Amino acid sequence: MFGDYSIGDLGAIFAMQGFAGLILFSVYVLMALGLAIIFGQMGVINMAHGEFMILGAYVTWMTSNLFQSYLPSLFAGYFFIAMILAFIASGALGMLVEWGLIRHLYKRPLDTLLATWGLSLILQQAYRSIFGAREVGVELPQWMLGSKQVTDTIEIPINGMFVMALTVLITAVVFYLLFWSRWGRQVRAVMQNRVMAGAVGINTEKVDRYTFGLGCGIAGIAGSAFTMIGSTGPTSGQLYIVDTFLVVVFGGAASLFGTIASAFSISQAQSTMEFFMSGSMAKVLTLLAIVAILMVRPQGLFALKVRK
Amino acid sequence: MSDDNKTSLNSPLRRKLLMGMAAIPAIAMLPRTSFAQAPATSAVNTTGLAVTDTEVTVGILHSVTGTMAISETGSVQAEKLAIEQINASGGVLGRKIKYIQEDGASDWPTFAEKAKKLLVNDKCAAVMGCWTSASRKAVLPVFEQYNGMLYYPTFYEGLEQSKNVIYTGQEATQQIIAGLDWVNKTKNAKSFYLLGSDYIWPRTSNKIARKHIENHLQGCKVVGEEYFPLGHTQFNSVINKIKLTKPDVIYAIIVGGSNVAFYKQLKAAGIDLSKQTLLTISVTEDEIDGIGGENIAGAYACMKYFQSLDNPNNKEFVAAFKKMWGDKTVIGDVTQAAYLGPWLWKLTVEKAGSFDVDKVAAASPGVEFKGAPEGYVRIHENHHLWSKTRVGRAKADGQYELIYETADLVEPDPFPKGYQ
Repeated sequence: MFGDYSIGDLGAIFAMQGFAGLILFSVYVLMALGLAIIFGQMGVINMAHGEFMILGAYVTWMTSNLFQSYLPSLFAGYFFIAMILAFIASGALGMLVEWGLIRHLYKRPLDTLLATWGLSLILQQAYRSIFGAREVGVELPQWMLGSKQVTDTIEIPINGMFVMALTVLITAVVFYLLFWSRWGRQVRAVMQNRVMAGAVGINTEKVDRYTFGLGCGIAGIAGSAFTMIGSTGPTSGQLYIVDTFLVVVFGGAASLFGTIASAFSISQAQSTMEFFMSGSMAKVLTLLAIVAILMVRPQGLFALKVRK
Repeated sequence: MSDDNKTSLNSPLRRKLLMGMAAIPAIAMLPRTSFAQAPATSAVNTTGLAVTDTEVTVGILHSVTGTMAISETGSVQAEKLAIEQINASGGVLGRKIKYIQEDGASDWPTFAEKAKKLLVNDKCAAVMGCWTSASRKAVLPVFEQYNGMLYYPTFYEGLEQSKNVIYTGQEATQQIIAGLDWVNKTKNAKSFYLLGSDYIWPRTSNKIARKHIENHLQGCKVVGEEYFPLGHTQFNSVINKIKLTKPDVIYAIIVGGSNVAFYKQLKAAGIDLSKQTLLTISVTEDEIDGIGGENIAGAYACMKYFQSLDNPNNKEFVAAFKKMWGDKTVIGDVTQAAYLGPWLWKLTVEKAGSFDVDKVAAASPGVEFKGAPEGYVRIHENHHLWSKTRVGRAKADGQYELIYETADLVEPDPFPKGYQ
């Protein structure tokens, strides 16, 4: 397995794969963070998470078209505006969905699985009717396309670095909101005991709505970022949903730290194995390892300590 | 190429088409009885198909919902265009084509069920449809049991032949071998890295490619072969491997949305397709729409049709297609192959002088379509098409420019010896 490569090669391989793993890690965190908030904190199984991402991707696509047609001189910077719009669009849709659908199901968490799955089908068909069945390509500004040459074999893609920076930023904001802000305390109080939180004067309905909106909004930003590396079509969201749940469940549903740790271990394992065997095999082995670990530790990597 | 153009310009079919168009207003004004020139229904339909004195019903069976809608939409559009044109030119044996469209919904059992509905309830004289090999395999027993006729448009892995199917796309050897020979000769390529999505078509295709590279090309070798789950979006690892092994050719059979991720990441990783040769058999103009021309510019594709083909048939076809479906639509290889279906069926029915499926199947070998956008095609005894293999180079505007085409039509060979 290692025999075919020289020591120098191996060094470069591990450096490159480590970096590829870091990009994958950022992608996983972006995908899973919104879901972890909704699933971990609210107990809602949101099968439409992928479709919220794709909404972000479509918003990015529309923004890029608008800039190309009307503001070509500012095209280099359109991506930042697109991400903000994606957050707003997905977040707003999320709050609407929470108001129309989810809030009736808080006491029946398993039913949210079916309801949101239905929602995902409806959204897919809506995208197909609005944007067409074909995939759309999002054009990137020139500065995001290239790569930085480090050594002969090691090259770092700029959009990879961009995704990493974005992930760090969003994770920091989410942690600040949930663990240091007044609103975060309210969220955690509602999640632990809805009735009691209501009794001490927290507006639980409002907290629910904004939390769901935040989770969906982050999905929108993730979708926006993924236009750099993936495809945008009505059903593209489906590609992400399994991996996303995998990361969240493996990390321990209720813990955001767990989500990050799980994203890191899955991505590095996947990335390193991918180099020495085929892509499909690496995926199978990763899944097997996760199944094995979950059998020993059903609560996931990190479990929230709560009294039952 | 130019010879073909000349013949096709003056082809009887084209003349017929033009005459037919000119005749429409006249036909509309004539009383019904003028259709009496068409042969009597009892003579051309002895098996109870949905054929009346003025109309014949065919089926269109594709996915317009679900994952495959992305790919199959173009096929549906092309088939409807062909049917409209045939009707405008006087129909088939004096009968207008009416179509019944069913949605396979990207679900193979649904395909089988709808195929049965089209054949048993609707008595369709022919069905244009399917896209994935999985859907074709699902409907095949239905078509054989109820004796229907299927026109199947996708390039595919071969290893199949049925009296009830006409394969209007290329099978594996037509697409692969000529392309590999070309890249070996003109690019002096010696080492190949094979990539694909993980299912039957890419795996079979790469098996044929590997056999050809190792057994038939002098001093050539495969330096890597790898498969990824459908929908995979992270190709950084394999791109790193490609950088280390430095193959002369990256040979890619990745399908669907994964392509977008692959080519974007390839570009981001600094692999310049104007220096690194990449040959694909799975990226048509449809996929480039999603990938973005700037990400794939410079790559070579090996198939039988490109929207940019410079011949009068194709110019008319592209113009008619855009007129019907909008200026922004693009036409890929499979879309063109789908367009051939209704026309080949019409020509075969007229050759057989009957709508009966057995007679149509028997008359199929040797049927030629000179008005084909790809130039010219002929049906082989094995129910596949003779066709040229072409190599195109992707441009930043999302179109391919034609680089090479085989001098002659390539004989279809769905069961290639020594390649299985």
